[in-house]
Amino acid sequence: MNEKIEYLKRRVAARKMSRREFVGRATAMGVSAAAAGTMFANAVQAAGPIRGGTIKAGLSGGASSDTLDPALVASEATHGILRTWSDTLVNVSRDGAVVPRLAEEITSSPDAKTWNFRIRKGVEFHNGKTMTPEDVVATIERHTGDDAKSGAQGIVKGIESMAIDGDIVAITLSQANADFPYLMADYHLAIQPNGGKDDPNAGIGTGAYIIESNEPGVRTTFRRNPNDWDENRGYADNVEILVINDATARTSALQSGQVDMINRVDPKVAGLLDRAPNLTVKNVSGRGHYVFIMRIETDEFVNNDLRMALKLAINRQEMVDKILRGYGSVGNDFPINAAYPLFDDTIEQREYDPERAAEYYRKSGHDGSPIILRTSDAAFPGAVEAAQLFQESARAAGIPLEVKREPSDGYWSEVWNVKPFCASYWSGRPVQDQMYSTAYLSTAEWNDTQWKRPEFDAMLIEAKAELDPARRKELYSRMARMLRDEGGLILPMFNDFVDAISTRVMGYEDDPNGELMDHFAMQRCWVEG
Amino acid sequence: MHPIVKLVAQRLALGILLLFAASVLIFAGTQILPGDVAQSILGQSATETSLANLREQLGLNEPAVTRYFKWLFSALQGDLGTALTNGADIAESLGKRLKNTLFLAACAAVVSVPLAITLGLIAVRFRDRWPDKLISAVTLTTISIPEFLLGYVLAYFIAVKLGWAPSVAMISDSMSLFEKLRTVALPVAVLTMVVLAHMMRMTRAAILNVMQSAYIETAELKGLSGLEVIRKHALPNAIAPIVNVVMLNLAYLVVGVVVVEVVFVYPGLGQYLVDHVSKRDVPVVQACGLIFAAVYIGLNMVADIVSILANPRLRHPK
Repeated sequence: MNEKIEYLKRRVAARKMSRREFVGRATAMGVSAAAAGTMFANAVQAAGPIRGGTIKAGLSGGASSDTLDPALVASEATHGILRTWSDTLVNVSRDGAVVPRLAEEITSSPDAKTWNFRIRKGVEFHNGKTMTPEDVVATIERHTGDDAKSGAQGIVKGIESMAIDGDIVAITLSQANADFPYLMADYHLAIQPNGGKDDPNAGIGTGAYIIESNEPGVRTTFRRNPNDWDENRGYADNVEILVINDATARTSALQSGQVDMINRVDPKVAGLLDRAPNLTVKNVSGRGHYVFIMRIETDEFVNNDLRMALKLAINRQEMVDKILRGYGSVGNDFPINAAYPLFDDTIEQREYDPERAAEYYRKSGHDGSPIILRTSDAAFPGAVEAAQLFQESARAAGIPLEVKREPSDGYWSEVWNVKPFCASYWSGRPVQDQMYSTAYLSTAEWNDTQWKRPEFDAMLIEAKAELDPARRKELYSRMARMLRDEGGLILPMFNDFVDAISTRVMGYEDDPNGELMDHFAMQRCWVEG
Repeated sequence: MHPIVKLVAQRLALGILLLFAASVLIFAGTQILPGDVAQSILGQSATETSLANLREQLGLNEPAVTRYFKWLFSALQGDLGTALTNGADIAESLGKRLKNTLFLAACAAVVSVPLAITLGLIAVRFRDRWPDKLISAVTLTTISIPEFLLGYVLAYFIAVKLGWAPSVAMISDSMSLFEKLRTVALPVAVLTMVVLAHMMRMTRAAILNVMQSAYIETAELKGLSGLEVIRKHALPNAIAPIVNVVMLNLAYLVVGVVVVEVVFVYPGLGQYLVDHVSKRDVPVVQACGLIFAAVYIGLNMVADIVSILANPRLRHPK
């Protein structure tokens, strides 16, 4: 029987047999339909990409107020659109390495202060202009400076000067940073002609697809870039990105075949959806996490015993099971997990311990009045329920929590980074340095837990410049332990990315950097004929 | 002056006055939302410097009264300004959305209004017998189910299971009229179910009211059949309240269908408004508010004028 199956697989690989025919014959030989489907997919996958056809993606996180300006991209649909028409200097691979893209080669001075990016030659923008080192410098410039309204402003802040030497862009930093190339992978830093200074919303880049029409918050259509410099992508002739914000509408669009892939499948229905024919649910563990934030400088949380009591009073496994429905993993009160390079897996996992929590609570001398925990649907999906679970598990330790539900509207301006205790989320960063620098450095704008420790800052800066991985790992481990035991962060869970794709889509690979292969799925997948 | 002209002119003047009052309310309302535009644009990524820069650039530092009159005068000239969030011309993008919304509303109205009135007439003709009870039971059931649930149920059975119509009703200009009609089939069905009962019950009640009159008895005695009596004598005299409720529902179809738009991913005005409210894009919110107010006031004015015209005592004064 095996020989026959192998023969069928070869026929599939040679594109001489359709899915229906293959599944029909394989089931006739006693293979289950599900197994036959997987076999077919593997055979097609092994045969390599097919060009042609249209890939349609239904993405959440778009609005009619969106723009094409890479600097302002903040939500998933705009991110997906940006990826499809643009390139950055480097990407981060699935296993966390830096991959040269528009920069062909990256070298640094021994002190990690000056970084040289050799810019790829002969790359054309969609408007026919050749991409030059000047465009690269202009792009970075546009995101720098106090008047830049860019999501990458914090990333490029450390750049002291830039110089062009032939096809090399030399970037000098004010402070050594061994991870600097990772920062250049930030999607906001998409290279635009003259850095987008003429028209940031033009949507002209070097990407695999050229924008044909763009209706913000509704639909963006693309055609393949005929002059694409990278032939290992852009398999479909056309790509369409439809904005479908409603989770149920998104799943039914996939089920009825109107789209080929969707992001953000609600964990509540992921299990059920996976049973539907013609589609698969893909969950990938990433670096994003859901958190409860205590602001250390407020009257209540200045007391570390109270912080520790609350950290011990949360049932992490229950949160993963009930809020994420198993699509995630437990956290350990510091924002790093195994998806990061140089992660120390010997740090002890904190467990739910109501007795010790009660002990710490008594020691803290708290007056017993309810501690107000603010939450909202905007914080993360299921944040209200998570807060209620927290309330229950804390009650068992004798700690009174009062859950206060806030409107989604204005949550990020009125509650997060303002109120003493609230629910929030972080989407994670490619490397530890970036995560800590963004939210746990004393001077960071987003230091939402008000974690201000000179010794922590010193270790962070030392690790930044350290090129020896063993020493870096040790420093990061000490920082993690410090934050875990004294910080204002309660991190119950890391959430998986949950996507769903139609079985006609091939080439999907798990990527911990982001949902839908870090939004590269539209250009790296292909559809069977 | 003919009194009817005077009455109609009065109505029109009142409508315009009301519209101005609405514009003040809309403007005031957008000022008291928590947070401001700059904060909403930057969201979680807001920093003190970027906030200050953006506020300056958007002119948020001017007093509210100055901004109101500036806005009102340019709106009167058809210039609704540009969206703060993406710099798009509001009149243009709003126009596109309005066209879609009106298309959906028109399709739903073409189906639901004649259907509701016919069902109302049938219900009167067979009053308190099974057709009447069946019609009431079915329409009252569909109006009582939340519209998103109706939408999901239809999407599941008709789009996912049967594949008759798409669940994503994203229409575009490149579609032919037939394609467009097929695309909006599901939202139209849901909207029809939602508005049917209201109009049907009103038609039934208004006609039943007239049916008590002496002239109906005369008509019956004249030997006219049941439906003939209703059509020729009862309906024309019950037209005012029916037009009123029809207009109210038409207004709803234009301004109140955001839930249906979300469920079926329809690129209409409601979704456009909600997107911009959440980003505090004040000029867009104000423009949408103004359009919605105009539609509401306009349709109610039409209803008023129709009932004035339908009144023979006003048409033929002594």
